[in-house]
Amino acid sequence: MDLKDLYQEIILDHGKNPRNLGKFDNYNKDAKGNNPLCGDNVHVYLRLNENKKVEDIAFEGHGCAISMASASIMTDMVRGKEEKEVKEIVTDFLGMIKEKDSLETNILKDDEKTKLMSLSGVKQYPMRVKCATLSWHTLTSALDNSDQIVKTEE
Amino acid sequence: MNIDDIKREFPIFDDKIQNNDLVYLDSANSSQKPRVVVDRIYDFYTKEFSNVGRSVHYLAVAATNLYEQTRVSVQKYINAKDKDEIVFTKGATEAINLVANTFGQKYLSEGDEVLLTELEHHSNYVPWHFLRKAKNIKIEFAEINDDGEVTLEAIEKKITNKTKIISVSHLSNVTGAILPIKEIVELAHSKNIPVLIDGCQGAPHLKLDMQDIDCDFYAISGHKMYGPTGIGVLYAKKKWLEDLPPYQGGGGMINEVKKEGITYGELPNKYEAGTMATAQVIAFNESIKFMEKIGIQNIEKHEKELLDYGLEKLRKNNSVNIIGNPKEKGGVISFTIEGVHPHDIATILDEDGVAIRAGHHCCQILHDKLNLPATARASFGVYNTKDDIDKLDEAINKCKKIFNL
Repeated sequence: MDLKDLYQEIILDHGKNPRNLGKFDNYNKDAKGNNPLCGDNVHVYLRLNENKKVEDIAFEGHGCAISMASASIMTDMVRGKEEKEVKEIVTDFLGMIKEKDSLETNILKDDEKTKLMSLSGVKQYPMRVKCATLSWHTLTSALDNSDQIVKTEE
Repeated sequence: MNIDDIKREFPIFDDKIQNNDLVYLDSANSSQKPRVVVDRIYDFYTKEFSNVGRSVHYLAVAATNLYEQTRVSVQKYINAKDKDEIVFTKGATEAINLVANTFGQKYLSEGDEVLLTELEHHSNYVPWHFLRKAKNIKIEFAEINDDGEVTLEAIEKKITNKTKIISVSHLSNVTGAILPIKEIVELAHSKNIPVLIDGCQGAPHLKLDMQDIDCDFYAISGHKMYGPTGIGVLYAKKKWLEDLPPYQGGGGMINEVKKEGITYGELPNKYEAGTMATAQVIAFNESIKFMEKIGIQNIEKHEKELLDYGLEKLRKNNSVNIIGNPKEKGGVISFTIEGVHPHDIATILDEDGVAIRAGHHCCQILHDKLNLPATARASFGVYNTKDDIDKLDEAINKCKKIFNL
């Protein structure tokens, strides 16, 4: 295990200065997620337009560098994508965090994949996987209009 | 006392953990186990095992005697009047649930108040919350002050003529504040209110004398006292154990069972339904003996020295913010580092073998009050040394470096 794999420069940067942090007015989908064991929480807001494209996305919440960076990178990455594409990216990301060595989707460009792969360091830290995945599960919940609060302990 | 000798009694420190010497600073969560405790469990299972209190064969009688010997050891250790005032539970959580459930059944009704404090562990809040749901009672919280302590005045302020029971921590697992429990009990008793003390953090670190404290109930966690998991103790004055209804029903707790009715067993069997954690109870006797051998005064003195050293060291470390500043404080230092989330602190410290806890430590009410989602916590046991604190300090510096602070 190497801490440098976990705390890469890009993670520290996004963790310290999260992009898309804060609520915006005309969102039409949102969901909350929390991690009851550590008290982290996230609230994802997004606006899907009539073509089912993510016009805007943002999040509120607090958590560790990993969870903040993950939410920050995620929101950056899915803005402008269609709902179907977003779901494919989410599945691909969660699959990578869980077991796969790399990302397989063709929707993301290589530099975007590199960015997402910076979160793969958590694989060596099983207790921290939920930090990286919380916002992604919450995004799915928002898209599905689920009223259930996402919990990582399920 | 020689800490190096004491530390050698704990097998966990024999080997490296992930290539590091273990710096274990998570004893408020659970303490490590001395060899005598581990060996006792092994010996009991390999040479002496039988269930207790039922059969008349040799092993059953011997096991029952061992089991009851622990009860007497605990009685003496906490200076209870009678061995029947010692009820074994699966932990302090069950001990508190037992009181909330049985006292609640008999003495609480709509509009009655239970008084807790803002620094209680969830295990001394959630059981009462069940009653709030089931019986529409009210829960009041005595407030903490800026130093992270709960004063006698703060308790007094929240007592009303509806207050039916007061349930408070002996020692906070976050701020380390030692509550003035003797004074709280005195005040409560002057108003005819019984008091439960959550002694999870008190019992491993402070001298316990039930006659001096005079509380009605005291909950103890075995695994925080160098004992096995799965074992706790409820001390309760005999009058309460005789008066309150049984908690769980099952084998061992009955007197006579007929189709038309059941009578319950004598104390302490009345509260020990089913097969208990026999091996753990028997091994817990070794934990008590271990602590007696060192002497609780020596443990207190040692941990106070560590605390003073740790506070001095961490206060000098820029960007470390220590949570709470109680005048009477046990061996717990909760802290934050500006710009680094506690979970990141814990992961980075772990890389150097420094085991701390991060999160809300099962005290969300307290963390809400402090306006902090989480804190990092270093807590001490009898095996810790000043060297451990130096390593903590160094690891914090590494943490700051990674985060460019």
